[in-house]
Amino acid sequence: MFTLLRNFLITAGAGIVLFGLTYAVEPFRDYQLATVAAYLCATAGLTVLIGLNGQVSLGHGALMAVGAYTVALVQNAFADANHYAQWTIVVSLLLGIVAALVAGVVIGLAAARLRGPYLAGVTLAVAVVVPAFATVFSGTFKGDQGLSVAVPPPPEALGLDFPVERWQAWLALIAALLVMLLLANLAGSRYGRMFRAVRDNEVAARLAGIHVARTQVLAFVVSAACAGLAGGMFAILSQSVSPSAFSLTLSLYLLLAVVLGGLGSLAGAVWGAVALVLLPELLSSLTNAMDLSPAAAQRLEGNLPLAIFGLTLIVVMIGAPSGIQGAINRLTRRIRKPQESRLTKGGATT
Amino acid sequence: MQRFIFLTLDGLSHGAVYAAFALAIVLIHRSTRVVNFAQGAIAVASAYVGYSVAAGSGSYWLGFIAALLSGVIFGALIERVVMRPVEQGPPLNPVIVALGLVLVIQAILGMIYGNDFKPLPTPFSRTAWTIGGVAVLSPYDLFVFGAVLTLMVGLALLFSRTKAGLRMRASAFAPEVSRLLGVNVGRMLTLGWALAAAAGALAALLVIPTELGLNPNAMDLVFVSAFTAAVVGGIDSPAGAVIGGLGVGLVLSYVTGYSSSDVTPIAVLILLVAVLLLRPGGLFTSTRIRQV
Repeated sequence: MFTLLRNFLITAGAGIVLFGLTYAVEPFRDYQLATVAAYLCATAGLTVLIGLNGQVSLGHGALMAVGAYTVALVQNAFADANHYAQWTIVVSLLLGIVAALVAGVVIGLAAARLRGPYLAGVTLAVAVVVPAFATVFSGTFKGDQGLSVAVPPPPEALGLDFPVERWQAWLALIAALLVMLLLANLAGSRYGRMFRAVRDNEVAARLAGIHVARTQVLAFVVSAACAGLAGGMFAILSQSVSPSAFSLTLSLYLLLAVVLGGLGSLAGAVWGAVALVLLPELLSSLTNAMDLSPAAAQRLEGNLPLAIFGLTLIVVMIGAPSGIQGAINRLTRRIRKPQESRLTKGGATT
Repeated sequence: MQRFIFLTLDGLSHGAVYAAFALAIVLIHRSTRVVNFAQGAIAVASAYVGYSVAAGSGSYWLGFIAALLSGVIFGALIERVVMRPVEQGPPLNPVIVALGLVLVIQAILGMIYGNDFKPLPTPFSRTAWTIGGVAVLSPYDLFVFGAVLTLMVGLALLFSRTKAGLRMRASAFAPEVSRLLGVNVGRMLTLGWALAAAAGALAALLVIPTELGLNPNAMDLVFVSAFTAAVVGGIDSPAGAVIGGLGVGLVLSYVTGYSSSDVTPIAVLILLVAVLLLRPGGLFTSTRIRQV
């Protein structure tokens, strides 16, 4: 009960601060904030899967595609029926979550039959298949070109010169905060302990009466639903969906974000989501400053972030597997008094 | 009927390549319990080395040898430098490092060669002979069969007849005991990765000319197909990997031939999920429970 209240207060506090922040920054930063929030929905879900449950998924980009395409189709159906109210967004996002959830059940059931690398392999196959789906069912999904998404404009009550980006930031932040609140409570609940028990020792977990396969499927389905919401959010933010936006690379980026932020802590997912938005921007300003020939610049442009991301993934995994949040935890523990740190150690490592 | 014969032979030719690639996956999984998700990227990197050498020297065979050698070097280097530190940790860590390698290798290849498709030459004609008006095999298909067969026989002889092969098997199944008996287990792991990467390089060299061409992502779908083949064969069995590879090749060839090549990736996914749901232990091994 105490954790529930604490999580709720932290979420409310973060909400108020972020609400103020959307007014303090220019529209471009608001859009970036919205992107971070959308990524956060996915990385938080993936943290639960990888960090708490010890399973790896390479298909979260594809699950985001499921959410995004669902939202696109539902929004466009609403637009065809001349519904332009804000509630259409909520309905389509919920349907996007449900669609990703169903996909998650199918994939999770197939992969949970066996331990080990099978989930990674199956989800890799799912990630590779996305463009093929868009092409084969091009009547619905419009192939490589993708769909445009009809999104209602911000409510008129906010005033006519209210920036769209700020409205988008609000939508995405509400979604992200809800996801964080729900996942934080889940992680602290009986289910969170079951996830961790299965991750640490499957045999011991089974002896303690935990249904291992069912727990693994549940963790996968939860994170799939989060990915669906993230994908739907991206569809609304960019007002278009296309298969190239949800490639295997996106799944690997999400994995990087989770690992870099710190496996096993939801706060790490925040750092990861921020890094996903800021790193490419940083790198592109770096290549712009380097004064290269156009051909060389073109080759570097797409590939340099990939190389840096991959290298970061390897270095973090070998050198600091607990990521940014792990480093922060170590730092705060050192600053606190030694006695206190000894007392809180048990709780701080979870 | 003519079409069926053609698709069968074409499927077997592709299946032979999947078998070689699945063998590479099985080799590493047997010795380290790791599915090497960077296998495809390493194979593509070797193929690029072969492409550069072949273009520079004008000889396909020099490029061929260079690609295999570079595979050996890449495999050994990667095991020694980045995989060794994470091998003892949680089973998830090597997987994540391998995925990081995929990003790095593909990005570096993209920076050096660009992301466009480059034609990889073939040593023999790809025009099929016709027997009684039915297109059957091309000289290149025969070369593919010969190369994959040589690889399999070579590996079988290595593991069953040589001391190095015996040591590798021993360190895969009982690392502690092998270490006590004086086997350098670490070196055996490096050797295993080197062999697997060379097998992967061979598969890439054989399959890329029959597909769109050389590209940093050229082996993504091949990897998924070969992983499916390895799962079909029960991921620890070399013989299963070969049969699984041929089976997957045939299924995909029929799907591509009778439907369209756009459907092929979906067919791979359905096949993989179906095998995992129906026979999770693979078709050719008795399921054993392995714990702790």
